[in-house]
This record gives sequence, C-alpha cells and structure tokens, in this order.
Amino acid sequence: MLSIKNLKAEINGKEILKGINLEVKAGEVHAIMGPNGSGKSTLSAVLAGREDYDVTGGSVSFNGKDLLELAAEDRAREGVFLAFQYPIEIPGVSNINFLRTAINEIRKYKGLPDMEAKDFLALIKEKQKLVELDAKLAGRSVNEGFSGGEKKRNEIFQMAVLEPKLSILDETDSGLDIDALRIVANGVNKLKNKNNATILITHYQRLLDYIVPDFVHILYNGKIVKSGGKELALEMEKKGYDEIKKEYDTAAV
Amino acid sequence: MITDKLTATHNFLDELAKHAGKANFMPVSEIGLALQYLEEKGIPNNKHEDYKYCNIEAILRKEFKTISGKEIAVTTNDLKSNYFIKDACNIYVVNGKLILDASEMPANTVVSSIDKTPTEILKKHLAQYAQTNSDALIAVNVAYADRGICLHVTSTVEKTIVIHHVNSSEGDLFFNVRNLFVVEKNAEAQVTEFFHSSNQKYFCNNLSEIFVGESAHFNHTVVQNAGAASYTVNTTKTHQHKQSTYTNSCFTFSGALVRNNLNTAIAAEFAETHLFGLFVTKANQLVDNHTLVDHLKPNCQSNELYKGIVGGKSTSVFNGKIFVEKDAQKTNAYQSSKNILLSDDATVNAKPELEIYANDVKCSHGTSTGKVDENALFYLKARGIGDETARKLLLQAFAHEVIDQLKNETIKEKVVALFEQSLQD
Repeated sequence: MLSIKNLKAEINGKEILKGINLEVKAGEVHAIMGPNGSGKSTLSAVLAGREDYDVTGGSVSFNGKDLLELAAEDRAREGVFLAFQYPIEIPGVSNINFLRTAINEIRKYKGLPDMEAKDFLALIKEKQKLVELDAKLAGRSVNEGFSGGEKKRNEIFQMAVLEPKLSILDETDSGLDIDALRIVANGVNKLKNKNNATILITHYQRLLDYIVPDFVHILYNGKIVKSGGKELALEMEKKGYDEIKKEYDTAAV
Repeated sequence: MITDKLTATHNFLDELAKHAGKANFMPVSEIGLALQYLEEKGIPNNKHEDYKYCNIEAILRKEFKTISGKEIAVTTNDLKSNYFIKDACNIYVVNGKLILDASEMPANTVVSSIDKTPTEILKKHLAQYAQTNSDALIAVNVAYADRGICLHVTSTVEKTIVIHHVNSSEGDLFFNVRNLFVVEKNAEAQVTEFFHSSNQKYFCNNLSEIFVGESAHFNHTVVQNAGAASYTVNTTKTHQHKQSTYTNSCFTFSGALVRNNLNTAIAAEFAETHLFGLFVTKANQLVDNHTLVDHLKPNCQSNELYKGIVGGKSTSVFNGKIFVEKDAQKTNAYQSSKNILLSDDATVNAKPELEIYANDVKCSHGTSTGKVDENALFYLKARGIGDETARKLLLQAFAHEVIDQLKNETIKEKVVALFEQSLQD
C-alpha cells in the first residue's frame, strides 16, 4: 500500500529525514518510535503533504500513485489520514459542517454525488458511539474549547467517519490519561481491518499495550535504524533510547 | 495648490447648489450655519485627520465634476419582485424618496417622508444629534438634503422592519438624504436597511439621526450592497436615553466608496451600545468605517466588534473612537477589530482611539490583521477539503461571530447570502 524509498526532507535548509525506507501493506500496523527530534513528526507531516517541508530526495508511492506529487487534499481523498499531534481549533466551523464538507469533497473527487443528509446523520451517530464522543461536541466548533483528550478523540472520530486506507497517528497518545487512551485505542482497533493500514508514531511504548503493532521501527536522526516485531518496543521501553543514541552517534563519528 | 483645491471644492458646491432640490423641512438657521461652514472649510481632503484615507475632495473633483444625471423611477412591481423579504414589513425608498403605495406600514409606527413629518417631531429631533458645523458632509446634507424618511416608533413593533433603499439613476448624480428614526420610551424595534443599486454612478450622502428613548431598544442593521460604481457616505448619529439599548450591525459588501460614520452618544445612565461590523472589500474599493462611542454618563456599557476581509487592491479603514467623559464613572467599554488580508496589494488601516477622562472605568481595545490561518487551512486540506472550499470555510468562520448575533433568521439568511456572494465576486 505504502512504499517509502530513501525519503529525504528538510525544513529551512536543515535536513531532518535522511533516507527513510518503509513498506506498509494492507492489514498491517506499524509503530514508529524514537527519541524527540528524531524526525517522527516530520515524517507524518511530509506524508500528509505539509508544504513547510521540502522533499529533497526519494519517493513515496501509495497504492501505485506518486504521493509526493499530490496536494494535501488529494492525498486525503486518496485515503491518507493524519491524526494530528496538536489538533487545530477552528472557531466558527462546526464539527458537523466540517465533516460533511470533507465527506462531500472526497465523494466529488471520486465522482460520487453528495451524501444524503439522513445517511450522513446516521453515520455520525454510529461513529460517535465508537469513540464515545459526546454528541454535543459534534455540534460545536472544530476542537474549540475541547480538552486535550477530547481533541484526540475527535481525531479518531474523524478517522472513523472518513474511513481512510492509511491512518497515520502522530503522538495520539501524548497528553492522554489512561481512560482516554483506552477509548482512543479501542476506536483504532475497531476500525482496523484487512484492507487498511495504520502507522502509529509514538515516543512511548504505552500505546502499544493497547494497539498491538505488527512491526516496530526505531527512528533516530532521520533514519530507521532498527526494525522488528512488537518485542522491539518492549526492549526500547526497558533500555531507553540512550543505547541507540550511543550506538549510532558513535557510528556516525 | 491649496487655493486650487478650494476653488475645486467651490466649483463642486456651485454645481451642487445648481442641481440640488429645495428642502422645506430644515430650519433656515441650520442651513445658514451649514453654508457658512462650507464656505470656510470646504470639502475635506486627505490632510484632514478624519479623512486621511478617504479623500472626499479628490473623489468629488475627479468623479463628480458634473452632477446633472437624472433619477429613474422604479415600478412597484420591480421593487417587490426584486427586493421583497418575507416575514418582514417591507418599506421601499427610491433615491431617498419613500414609495408609500409599495410599502407596508408597521404596527405602532408612523412612516413618513421627511418633508411630511409632523413639525413637532422635526422640531424635537431634527439637527439635534448631528451637529451641523462638525463635519463637511453633514453640512452638505443640511444645506442640500431634499428627501429622506422618518420612522417614528411609538411602542413595540413585533414584526421586523426592512427598508430597501433602491438607488436608480442615469448619468452622474449626487444626492443628499436625511432620515430620522425616533424610538419612543419603552418601545422596541428591529430595523434593517438594505442599500441596493445596479451599475450606475452616483454619490449618496445619507444621514440618519436616531433617538432611542428611555428603556427603549433599537436593533439597527445596515447592509451596503450597492453597485460597484456607487459612492456612499452614510452618517449615523444616535442619541441614547436612560436604560436604552442601541445595537448597530453594519455590513459592507460592495460599492466603490463606502464611508460609514457611526456615532453614538450615551447620554443617560444604564444604557448599552453594541456595534458590530463586517466588511468585504476587493478590486479598488475603499471602505472606511469611523465609529465613535461617547460615554457621557455613568454606569453604561459599550461593546464593539468590527471584522474585515480585505482583498484585491482595496483599502479598508477602521477608526474606532471611544470617549469616556469625566462624569461617566463605572463605564465598561470594549472594542475589537480584526482583519484578514487576502492579497499583498490590499491595505488595512486600523486605529483604535480611546480617550478616558473618568477614573473608575473598564476599557479595552484590540486590533489584529493577518492572513488566513495556514495551520487551520492545512488541517482542513488534510481531511480532503480543497483549497478554495477550505478558504471559504475559514472566511465564513471568521465572519460568523458578527453575522451570528443577528436575531432575525430571515435577515440573517439574507445577509449570509450576500456575504457569500461577496466572497465569490
């Protein structure tokens, strides 16, 4: 589904991604872990199409299409979803209007007519239950005045409504208490199927107790330095990132 | 140079004197005062602080050398089919003249042509709140206004009132309209004024004096939607009594020049003033909003929010004055102006001016100007929403705060439609 080859990217002339290679197939869950500043969020932003970053090398193919050629909105329409680490507050745009617009823009891209109002409302109702999102929040402005946990739940709610092929969850666990974490993880697990894939970007192993990955990758200094199964995450948790840092910093010298 | 300009001004005033109609409602003494003021001061250019970005003298000199155009009548049928709004009392005014037989009279209200308004009303209110020798456009209006309407609300009117100002002319025209709104003690009324025109070029110098009596509530909305070649100066002078509320919502969506002068004198205790504004400018438009809230007495509050979406090569001005006079203790006065710039060639001039002479008051003001929020834009795009739709959503969201405070749903719908149309043009 997703094939990243030797991806390099920089911001303001500073190289952050220094040659990323990653293959993600339908039905898989990949976790990308790493210390702060290793390039985790840059990778998710580059995949989602944030224009602040300059891709300087490599390729990303998504279901056979050159993802890097597509505008951010077209990537979303093709089925890429980024759950933001810091969801944006948009006063004056209601969650409902936002989602209806998103769904219909995606449908238009696919040559489909607008979704019927009653089908849309039924969909919203169903997905709200999935992430235990208060119906009142759906009527409010996008993320405005939401708590940290509500914002993250709202991301998963949007994901549930839009049903992407590839979901990239950027530090979705950060700032969540254990109950919110359980709800978010539960939502992600329920949405998982053999046709979609998930990339979890996280600093801590904690989330991986709830969403069990098929593969774990350690990102350090702009490169994936180690890959393995779910046990790699536990190993990292035990040893910390210091060993990795030591090993690769020495190697770099 | 200065002599040249004064000559230019006088040429315009001569032209005006030649073409203006005769007024019979304005006291002769006021007209004398006005003419004397104009003789001495002329029409202001951009050296005048209040007209720094709005050079009326240059506009008149260049665009209105002659004003010999003529008015074109509009049939009742056309008025109704083009402008009628349901669930409202529709009043039609063509080129400042009341079209009585097309209009529906609201309950508890006397609507009259200004020259047919009872003398006792005129005596009590006319030229009382707009000081003749305080501004050139007021003086021009006093000297030459020959039309306008009076709306006298004697007790509460349930149905919302809509005044459609339809300007219809041919050739360059300059006309002065004088209106009076009197809302008596304990009365409540909602009035929305729409300004419409098509492509003709004219200058409308519109002046409204408003009296809001004790414990009266006047909700006043003004929507400028005149054609791209229209020039409008709309001066509103409001006088508020004890425990009264005056809410003004000012929407400007089109016109080559729109200058809104909005002044409120809060002349008695426990009164409230709310001023809301939204303007969308593009091409070479000039929209200049000058507001003044004058707190004269204690225990009153005022709240002001103006928002602008400024694009093309247009220029927008927000100048918001708040005076808190020495006697006006326990005043709460708030003001905020926010602007979004859509192009690098557009200009926003935002200037709050607070003058506070009382010591026990709460006042604040803030102004901001920026572009569409890139983070919000990316967030919307990351959900599959295209650039154009995403920007539109964000601009709607920006305007929402101002539009949403409109109480009447029918009016709100109409304003939303005009707003969205102004984003598309």
